[in-house]
Amino acid sequence: MSDATRLSVLKTYKLYVGGKFPRSESGRVYEVTDSKGNWLANAPLSSRKDARDAVVAARKAFGAWSGATAYNRGQILYRVAEMLEGRREQYVREVADAEGLSKSKAAAQVDAAIDRWVWYAGWTDKIAQVLGGGNPVAGPFFNLSSPEPTGVVAIVAPQESSFLGLVSVLAPVIATGNTAIVVASEKSPLPALSLGEVLATSDLPGGVVNVLSGRTAEIATPLAAHQDVNAIDLAGAGEDLAKELEIAAADNLKRVLRPQPVDHTATPGIDRMTAFLETKTVWHPTGSLGASGSSY
Amino acid sequence: MASVFEYAPAPESRSIVDIAPSYGLFIDGEFVEAADGKVFKTVSPSTEEVLAEIAQAGEADVDRAVKAARKAFEKWSALPGSERAKYLFRIARIIQERARELAVLETLDNGKPIKETRDADLPLVAAHFFYYAGWADKLDHAGYGANPQPLGVAGQVIPWNFPLLMLAWKIAPALATGNTVVLKPAETTPLSALFFADICRQAGLPKGVVNILPGYGDAGAAVVAHPDVNKVAFTGSTAVGKEIARTVAGTRKKVTLELGGKGANIVFDDAPIDQAVEGIVNGIFFNQGQVCCAGSRLLVQESVEEELLESLKRRLSTLRLGDPLDKNTDIGAINSEEQLTRITSLVEQGEAEGAERWSPACDIPESGYWFAPTLFTNVTQAHRIARDEIFGPVLSVLTFRTPDEAVAKANNTPYGLSAGIWTEKGSRILAVANKLRAGVVWSNTFNKFDPTSPFGGYKESGFGREGGRHGLEAYLDV
Repeated sequence: MSDATRLSVLKTYKLYVGGKFPRSESGRVYEVTDSKGNWLANAPLSSRKDARDAVVAARKAFGAWSGATAYNRGQILYRVAEMLEGRREQYVREVADAEGLSKSKAAAQVDAAIDRWVWYAGWTDKIAQVLGGGNPVAGPFFNLSSPEPTGVVAIVAPQESSFLGLVSVLAPVIATGNTAIVVASEKSPLPALSLGEVLATSDLPGGVVNVLSGRTAEIATPLAAHQDVNAIDLAGAGEDLAKELEIAAADNLKRVLRPQPVDHTATPGIDRMTAFLETKTVWHPTGSLGASGSSY
Repeated sequence: MASVFEYAPAPESRSIVDIAPSYGLFIDGEFVEAADGKVFKTVSPSTEEVLAEIAQAGEADVDRAVKAARKAFEKWSALPGSERAKYLFRIARIIQERARELAVLETLDNGKPIKETRDADLPLVAAHFFYYAGWADKLDHAGYGANPQPLGVAGQVIPWNFPLLMLAWKIAPALATGNTVVLKPAETTPLSALFFADICRQAGLPKGVVNILPGYGDAGAAVVAHPDVNKVAFTGSTAVGKEIARTVAGTRKKVTLELGGKGANIVFDDAPIDQAVEGIVNGIFFNQGQVCCAGSRLLVQESVEEELLESLKRRLSTLRLGDPLDKNTDIGAINSEEQLTRITSLVEQGEAEGAERWSPACDIPESGYWFAPTLFTNVTQAHRIARDEIFGPVLSVLTFRTPDEAVAKANNTPYGLSAGIWTEKGSRILAVANKLRAGVVWSNTFNKFDPTSPFGGYKESGFGREGGRHGLEAYLDV
């Protein structure tokens, strides 16, 4: 049987929330087209209720994910890279369609995205040593500062770089133990929605990453105002929206990473991790072994 | 106060400090009047005596100070780090030399006991300048990449609870990294910042590098909103912190906020009770409880509640409230009438909501602003005194049965600045410390500070860290 006679099976693109693949509770979809305007799929048009559900899922997942060992998180992030590698062709096709790239250019984006997961997989058990450590306080105290994840992070993913950009903002957030709600590129949400399928089969606990598609402003606005979201990455928000979201975020003093020009093909530094880390300092008296300074 | 021990008065001499009848704003190395000629008075909260008349900064003065700081930035940021370091070392040394004078001054203007200004505030102020002085020529090695750059003009707004210490926390890292500063002290405690201006003069600090603008909230808001300010650093209330976060939205200003807290001090059944009592007292009555990281919620394990409260009440009965300049005074004056009103109102609400109020027998001086050490039992998490920051000598006691319950209750607050843990069991300390969502956790101690140790909050207690290597980041373009 030749390809010409077989009708292909189309995928219904769905959200990824709490480890499951729901449609939007609103029942709405919107048409996603390629760069030439050809229909690609109907994507869920998420509502603010979907956003709130995603926050609940992300909060529920935070305790276990932030409490997992850094080694374990590294293994899981590496597993994401492995799963992506196996589905490389699918992502090359989706990125080429979404961004109007040639196959080779799309492949370069996908390869860089896979390598980015590997880069962050290696960071999970090193960042604490780079950022934390003992402090030589002037007194008989043991004093240790350690980075800890901020909590639930809302991410407005880059609008143009639908896959490499997405991975570049998502991986650093979860590498350190945060959980995330991603608002996918409005125009090109399909690679992000497909990423959910990879995450679901990479031992990543449900709720650690939640992917929503739809109108960026409609989804991001309730997330920025949500009292149980601890931080927001405004990477994909335009200037006016970014300002509105930052103002809304002030209500519970979310950590805000403002949009800035980024070259996603360059090796990232650690800034996107440090933006969503807190420093906790623990003190304890050291006591004394007596006047001689030694108990021996 | 009736006591077994009667102490003779032992006041620290006031003659060591010479307060002028009036002070100007410190802009571009000169003391000047406010553009609109406005002045306000600063009073001693323990006597209500007027200490001095102070020029009150307005928007025009803020603009003038920012211009001076901008002009000074070019040369200051271009100085070799080793030269900036030497200025800061000089400042640290002069503070040490004038420590007693500044301690007396701070006690007069703030109302806190001389024991605290002399033994805590001033040593920490000098140490902070000493610490950051050493960073100025080592920034390449601070972990922010090679040759990290300053941000420019830092607008800094500080509170009245640790006036000179908060100034040090703000100015030392800002100058070490090559920024210049416009700082607004609190309206009730402007004097030590103005004396610091004189220290800058003695140290030969170039004009415009540090500008001090005493004034009210409107001046602080103008500093924050000024378009030529590159960095905003604020310590104060969470409500104002949120307003600042809104103001800077959509700009490129870097912000650090050190805001309120409702710290939990958790006492487990195996804790050494006497040590824990000392820690609880220090946690909530240090500086009359006017401390953002105060241990204002005592969480005590049910099985030792009675024993602990008995010891605690006995200890509170020995605290000496009165003349802040007296070397034996434990509890000084509340900083202002406004703050006293707030404390009083929250305490009245605590009683109205059904919590049980207790204070030791305690004579309150006739003039000045005072509040007796106060303890509330039968407090639930829903009570306002268990949720709101009181910023006064008021402790709310709650109980728990299991470590999980203690952690849940400790974290049940929008704040996340400090917490305390009292137990002899090491593994329990580590497990609980790990689960507490707070920036500073003191185990078997409380209210310890050090310039090398990063300080700052989770959640609505603000963001950014002050102190240590971490504190440099707030003032670098990284």
